[in-house]
Parts: sequence; structure tokens; C-alpha cells
Amino acid sequence: MLQIEGVTKRYGDRTAVDDVSFTVGGGRLTGFVGGNGAGKTTTMRIILGVLGADAGEVRLDGSPLGVDGRRRFGYMPEERGLYPKMRVHEQLVYLARLRGMRAGEAAERADELIDRLELTERRNDPIEKLSLGNQQRAQIAAALVHDPEVLVLDEPFSGLDPMAVETVLGVLSEFAARGAPVLFSSHQLDVVERLCDDIVVIGGGRILAAGSREELRERNAGSRWELTVDGDLGWVRTATGVEVIEFDGDHVVFDADPSAAQAVLQRATASDAVHLFGRRRPTLTEIFREVVQ
Amino acid sequence: MNTTSFRESVFLVAGREITQRLRSKSFVISTLILFAIVLGSILISGFISRANADSTAPIAGVGAAIAELETLPGVEVVEAATIAEAEQLVRDEEVDAAVVPLDGDSAVPFEVIGFDEAPGGLVTALSIAPEVRLLEEPGLPFGLLYLVAFGFGIVFFLSAVTFGGTIAQSVVEEKQTRIVEILLSSISARALLAGKVVGNSILAFGQIIAIAALAALGLVLTGQDVLVTDLGPAVGWFLGFFAIGFVLLAAMYAASASLVSRMEDVGSVLTPVTYLVMIPYFLVIFLFDNALVLTIMSYVPFSAPVGMPMRIFLDQAAWWEPILSLVVLAVSTVVIVALGARIYRNSLLRTGSRVKLGEALKG
Repeated sequence: MLQIEGVTKRYGDRTAVDDVSFTVGGGRLTGFVGGNGAGKTTTMRIILGVLGADAGEVRLDGSPLGVDGRRRFGYMPEERGLYPKMRVHEQLVYLARLRGMRAGEAAERADELIDRLELTERRNDPIEKLSLGNQQRAQIAAALVHDPEVLVLDEPFSGLDPMAVETVLGVLSEFAARGAPVLFSSHQLDVVERLCDDIVVIGGGRILAAGSREELRERNAGSRWELTVDGDLGWVRTATGVEVIEFDGDHVVFDADPSAAQAVLQRATASDAVHLFGRRRPTLTEIFREVVQ
Repeated sequence: MNTTSFRESVFLVAGREITQRLRSKSFVISTLILFAIVLGSILISGFISRANADSTAPIAGVGAAIAELETLPGVEVVEAATIAEAEQLVRDEEVDAAVVPLDGDSAVPFEVIGFDEAPGGLVTALSIAPEVRLLEEPGLPFGLLYLVAFGFGIVFFLSAVTFGGTIAQSVVEEKQTRIVEILLSSISARALLAGKVVGNSILAFGQIIAIAALAALGLVLTGQDVLVTDLGPAVGWFLGFFAIGFVLLAAMYAASASLVSRMEDVGSVLTPVTYLVMIPYFLVIFLFDNALVLTIMSYVPFSAPVGMPMRIFLDQAAWWEPILSLVVLAVSTVVIVALGARIYRNSLLRTGSRVKLGEALKG
């Protein structure tokens, strides 16, 4: 389990990250979402020790992280980068060895990942000769090559075609399934929603919401309801204490307090067969819009 | 961090620097050209001077002059029957000059005939020279001194600029491609810097040793072994000074380069360091015969690798002087490397515009 506790980073007068705390559970994919300049990259750099924090601490399984602990992290920075003139396989081996892997093992792992990420034909090409998509795959391989115990990936899906997104998703899920904490940021909220077990929302350098996906949706469900029946629901518009948001004949979405909603349900069951009634849980996009504002 | 992993990281980084460099065609070609120039210039100058020493001048002689000419070194005697024939040989440029017997009671019973200028060498050879007594041992010829000064200067300058430039490029490449963030999440900035300095120092030092060996080989091949023994101690000290002095320069190159994020900006940010390397080069070439300048140079860390070996070659330095200067150099290297590492660490992740030196030092 990766714990971020009270991390603060200031640049002059500006506080980039303000008392940020959250945890990334082992075996769980955690999505880190926030607008531009919200503090995602700064937080990730602090987790990796690339940046020093002004206050706070990062712990792995309860003990503070040092350089040796961080060598077991896999990191993909927001700003991509590999040596342009080094060959793919050679480069992966070098990066794995920098993190303390033996040469033989590193070579094997590099080949495995190259096959897995469908770069086999590019194995001995210099990075600069690869297409952007393939460079991105190589970048992901660079984050995984040393068999990390924790993954921190900044926007791992940007620049990937849909096929590549699936491949990468597969690899990440595999890592999580082995019990590794996986934290990644993304602008693609639909991907985060589909994939992540936990979600952390950051805005203006502060954590705005954090928890499991379902928990978050439940917590932000508020008083929005959804009803589908066998018949016309036009009468809901005039019901007391009800504000209709969406109306489509036999389907209605409305805001109401619980007792008013129950009254609507009772009237509906009295006249028609009810197919669906329940709290409307917001999508991640809606939650995001809500908490960021 | 434990020391093994630091050492391993340095080793890995240095290894990468060396293999990438050796794989670069431009590096290999320019190194081979440099080697060829060193060896070639020594061989050619050696052969020319030997050819001059071995050559003989054809001189025409008539009558009694022939016997006299045969006693002179470096003269090939061409016998002529008459004075007119000897004059004709001079006119036809078959011979450099002619020596003919002179009638009458002249102090010197010969006459030297030249074409359009007096053959000085021949006249001297035929003259009686007064005894000469020197109060001091003869100094080395000015031309040789100049060559040695130039040699130390150019080798130091070229190596520093070449390998310093390589370090600078490698630092900016990592910043520009942003791989530095991955590197810094794997190893410390100190290990990264140390690896670069070690790798490039090994390359630079290897090149200098190869040049020294080639120069020695060239001198031996051209029969100038004497020079090897004369130069030996100076070259030995030069290697020692260079080994430490280059580390100092390397740290400065790396720290300066880390202030910028784009290859285009490397040139301007390196200007101050380049001056520090160029000044000793020009000073030693133009002022190597000025003992005061040379003494100062031999203690200032940036110019000591050139200044001190020159003084050793000129026999101007007492035995303890190179040791003292080496200590000064080593201490300044430690200080500069510590400062350089600080600047480097603080600037690596600042991309965009050029980082101010003060900010980089403060962190």
C-alpha cells in the first residue's frame, strides 16, 4: 500500500500541492484525475522522489520511502523521454540495470515486454526511428522492465490508438492482479471510470474527493432519481417537490427529496408496471464537474 | 543510499557514455584524424630535419682547392679543370659555389665564387673561428620550446573542448528528451553526474595517453630519442595534472549545460568555461618564455595542467612545486565538483528558459 501523507510543495508564493493525502491500495488500480495544473504531475514527482516535498511524507507499506525503495517503482513521467539514438532493447536493459536488475535478467525481461507490447520487429531500432505510438509503447516498457512493485504512470494512455490502449490496459491490470499498487493519471475520464477501482480527484493542489469508484458515485448521488414505466409519465412534471431533469415519455430523471420520490413511485406503481426505479448515480464526468467547481 | 549501488550506478552511466561515444562515427573518425596529425607531423618534421642534416652541397673545386674542400663536412666536391669551367658550373647552378686558388700573396690563398649571393656556410667553414666559451649551459632552441608549449597547449585545449562539449551535450540531451526524470527516479543526480564525468574522463585520458604514446613513437622512429628523455618527466606530470584538471572542467561543463534545456542554447551557456580553457592555451603559446606568467599559470587550477609541465620541461620548477600545485588543483577540483553537483541537481528538472546561476546554487 502506498500512502501519501500531508504532502505540500511550494514554488515561491504559489502552493502547487497543498496538504495532499491519499492511499493507493495494493492490487488496485487507482485513477488520479484533475484539470491542467491541478497538481497531479507534482504529486507524482514527489512520490517518485524526483522532487522534494516541503512537508509531508510518502510511505510504502508503512515505512518511509528512500532511494532504494523507489528503485522498485515503475514510473512513466508526463514528459516522455528516452535516448533517441539508443536501440529499444539496449535502452530497456540499461534502464532496468540502473534500477538494480542483473544484466541477464534485464535482457530477458526486456524481450518479454517487447513481445508483449508488439514491438518485436523494432527491437534493434533506435528510438528516434519509431512512430510516435511505438515510442509510447517503448516508454511503457521502460516503466515496467525492472519488474516494479509499484506503478506510477502519468497519462499512460495519451497518444495511444484504441488498440494500444487495450494492450496497455491488459498489462496494467496484470500488474494490479499481482497485488501491486497502480496509480495513474488520465484526462480520459471514461477510461478511468471503466478501469479504476479507486479514484482520487485533485483540484487547485488539494484532494477534492477520494475513494472507491462505487463509493464516490454513491456519495455524490444526491437526490437525483430515475424512473421507467410501461406508460406515459407526463404527470411527474406536475408532481409536488419534483424537478424533472430529463423526460422521454416512459422514462424520467428528476430531482426530489426521498419522501417526494417515494410518493412518485407509489403513484407510478398504482397506474403502470414499473421497470426501473432508483437513485441515479452520477458518472465520473458528472462527479468531476461537480467537485471541481 | 548504500555505496555499492552508488558505485554500480556510476559504473553503468560511465559505461553508457563510453559505448555511445565509441559507437559514434564522427567521434571515431575525428580521433583517428587527430592521431594521424600528431604522428604525421612528428614524422614529417623529423625526416625533414634529418634530410637537412644528411644533405651535402655540391661545390666545385680547382687545383689546390680540391684537397682543401675534401676536408670540409657536408661538401660534395666537383672537380673543375679551370677557373672558367668552375664559374660556368656555378652559372649553370650545377654547384652551389666554387673555390679556386688565388694567385699572389693573399692571406687566404683561395677565392670563393658564388652566383648572386655569398655562400655564407662555405665561407664560415673555410674561415678560422675564434674560441668561444659559454658562461651558461646552452638553452634549448626557441623553435623547440615553442613546439613543446604549443603541443601541451593544443592537446589540453582540444581534449577539454572535445570531451567537455560531449558532457555538455549528453547533459542537455537528457534534459531535452526528458529522460532525466526517469533517470532521477532510478539513481541520484550525484551518481548520474559522477558517471558522466568518469566516463568522459576515461575517454579523454585514454586519448591523451594515446597521443603521448604516438608522439613518443614518432620521435623514436625519426631518431629523436633524446627529446623523449627530455620531455618524459614533463609529459608524465602533464598526464597527472590532466587527469585531475579534466575532472574539474568536466564538472563545470556539466553544471553549465544543466542550466539550459535545448541544444541550441548550449553554446552560449558554455562560453565562460570555454574562455577558461582558451586563456591558458593562448598564454602558454605566446608567453611561455615569460617566467613570471608561467609561474602564475602553474598554480592557477585552470592553467596548471599546461603551465606546470612547461616549467618542468624548462627546468624552472623546484621538486616540490608540481606537488604543491597538484594539491591546489585537487582541492579546487573537490570544491568545484561539489558546487557543480549542486547546480546540476537543482537545474535538471527545470525545463524551459535558462536557469539563473544563483537560483541553481540556492536550490
